[in-house]
Amino acid sequence: MSIFINSSSKIIVQGMTGSEGTKHTRRMLASGSKVVGGVTPGKGGQSLDIDGTSLPVFNTVAEAMAATGANVSVVFVPPKFAKAAVIDAIDAKMPLVVVITEGIPVHDSAFFYAYSTQIIGPNCPGLISPEQSNVGIIPADITQRGPIGLVSKSGTLTYQMMYELRDIGFSTAVGIGGDPVIGTTHIDCLRAFQDDPETTAIVMIGEIGGDAEERAAAFISEYVTKPVVGYVAGFTAPEGKTMGHAGAIVSGSSGTAQAKKDALEAAGVKVGQTPSETAQLMRTILGR
Amino acid sequence: MDLYEYQARDLFEKHTVPVLQGAVATTPEQARDAAAKMGGKVVVKAQVKVGGRGKAGGVKLAVDADDTFEKAKAILGMDIKGHTVHKVMIAQAAPIAAEYYVSILLDRSNRTFLVMASVAGGMEIEEVAHTAPEKLAKVPVSAVDGISLAKAKEIVAQAQFPADVADQVADVLVKLWETFQSEDATLVEVNPLVKTEDGRVVALDGKVTLDENADFRQPDHEALVDHDSANALEAAAKEKGLNYVKLDNGQVGIIGNGAGLVMSTLDVVAYAGEKFGGMRPANFLDIGGGASAQVMADGLSIILGDPDVKSVFVNVFGGITACDAVANGIVQALELLGPKATKPIVVRLDGNNVLEGRAILNAANHPLVEQAETMDGAASRAAELAAK
Repeated sequence: MSIFINSSSKIIVQGMTGSEGTKHTRRMLASGSKVVGGVTPGKGGQSLDIDGTSLPVFNTVAEAMAATGANVSVVFVPPKFAKAAVIDAIDAKMPLVVVITEGIPVHDSAFFYAYSTQIIGPNCPGLISPEQSNVGIIPADITQRGPIGLVSKSGTLTYQMMYELRDIGFSTAVGIGGDPVIGTTHIDCLRAFQDDPETTAIVMIGEIGGDAEERAAAFISEYVTKPVVGYVAGFTAPEGKTMGHAGAIVSGSSGTAQAKKDALEAAGVKVGQTPSETAQLMRTILGR
Repeated sequence: MDLYEYQARDLFEKHTVPVLQGAVATTPEQARDAAAKMGGKVVVKAQVKVGGRGKAGGVKLAVDADDTFEKAKAILGMDIKGHTVHKVMIAQAAPIAAEYYVSILLDRSNRTFLVMASVAGGMEIEEVAHTAPEKLAKVPVSAVDGISLAKAKEIVAQAQFPADVADQVADVLVKLWETFQSEDATLVEVNPLVKTEDGRVVALDGKVTLDENADFRQPDHEALVDHDSANALEAAAKEKGLNYVKLDNGQVGIIGNGAGLVMSTLDVVAYAGEKFGGMRPANFLDIGGGASAQVMADGLSIILGDPDVKSVFVNVFGGITACDAVANGIVQALELLGPKATKPIVVRLDGNNVLEGRAILNAANHPLVEQAETMDGAASRAAELAAK
């Protein structure tokens, strides 16, 4: 088991014919994911040959789903066209839409969310269930299948944590994205990991901005019985400055790393001071 | 991007939100001319992106054009909480009968928009929320549905605006929504929204925050960028397309890939720096996934140009990018910089092709570069070098 995706996930790539889309389609295929086609409006009927695999291109997500039976879409479309692409996927009732694109205006993200909730991202690296399926840009060769579930706002901290605990392995690692408005939250992933029999412990990575971590802490108190270790980035971030991710900003006294750490610790989560220390906390819990 | 009050006023006017006459001035002469044009009494208001300017003496009433000259002369150049006043707004003065508050903002927690409205205007809304929460109406607004006139009337009723201004306030809310949506704003705040003695509802002071991610479809927003008061290093970095934030009181320059990892690096350096007399990170710099030699050189050159920086910590996790490519980037960057590179650089590489990457740096054997195996170890070494 794993969460959200597994070895039978059938993936279409929106924006597959663009350079980023093609590059990451190749990587997803190489890691064994079942990519079954792509969508680029106006290029329907063409096909894209990637390392010997011929992938059909469709004009719309609905056509792609009808022809391929796809149940996951991953979006690499540039910000300018991302809203139309995501709405196309939602209208086609695609069960899971993973939006990798960085730089989507927040009015568009708020529109997606008001329209539907079946989204991961935007501005995320996607998710991976090692040895089963890989949707997005997370490197497949960092680690192996194992008992840890990971949810993170940050891509590189996801990779770092997977690397630190690579000998133990992961059921699923989900990068939920660093934008102010995102589809799938820490809470959605915590619930899924709690309910997933393969996952025995959870790492949760947060960062400054918003109150998602505080909400996650409250959720952990009431719902999660599996051990959770946490890490929060951005203790040194000054107030009012956006730190790379559009959502990573301390506004007044809200969204600080300290408040998030305090909330998590109050919920019984062990919070590491550095990524390595966090990994060590997980090792102690798992006895490895 | 936060706007100045005069820029917010102009945006309101563009979207037909009722405002009083206003003009911006950078010299007392301009201020006098603007006041002469308007006629009558005016208010001279310091333009700074910080609260509390009234208490600091940054807002003054002027009786005529010559008085405006004097008041502007006193306010221009003033320091308000560390912000130097470069501009004043000359605003028509109006007799006020009542003050209200309205805003539309992004509500991250609920992933929607929120309207806040109160008949208790003129003071900090946080204070109203704290002392008299019943006087503050908070109404969620869907990004799909927006604020129709019917929705606006609902909000006005909930906030208990008096009957004589209800229709005008509802009209203002609809127009503020138009402003909020069509300008890709994340905050539109009017405080105070006033009723004048002749019964008109007017936006007297405003705050607007714009979403920079929407710049591709907001060509007019470029003109609103305040180049004068930007930090010189930040401006130089922006020109190179680098994601850089200068931090105060730091000595260790930071370069990393990925926003989360860089934020984490700052924290780890501050943590390690405690053992070396309180060394702290001097900046945030995310060079992103594909760290080419040119990007690395641009980044290093910005950081080495910061006089506060005593040592540099390059922290890269090879995810999509392989460490050998990053190592080549560092070597080429140092070649490009030549004698301009003068400060010690601690490099931590991990992840994809790490052994090849480390071998490349070892072979280059650059006198300024040393490697560390772990992020924590590298942070400690960089802090130690900065303290020397």
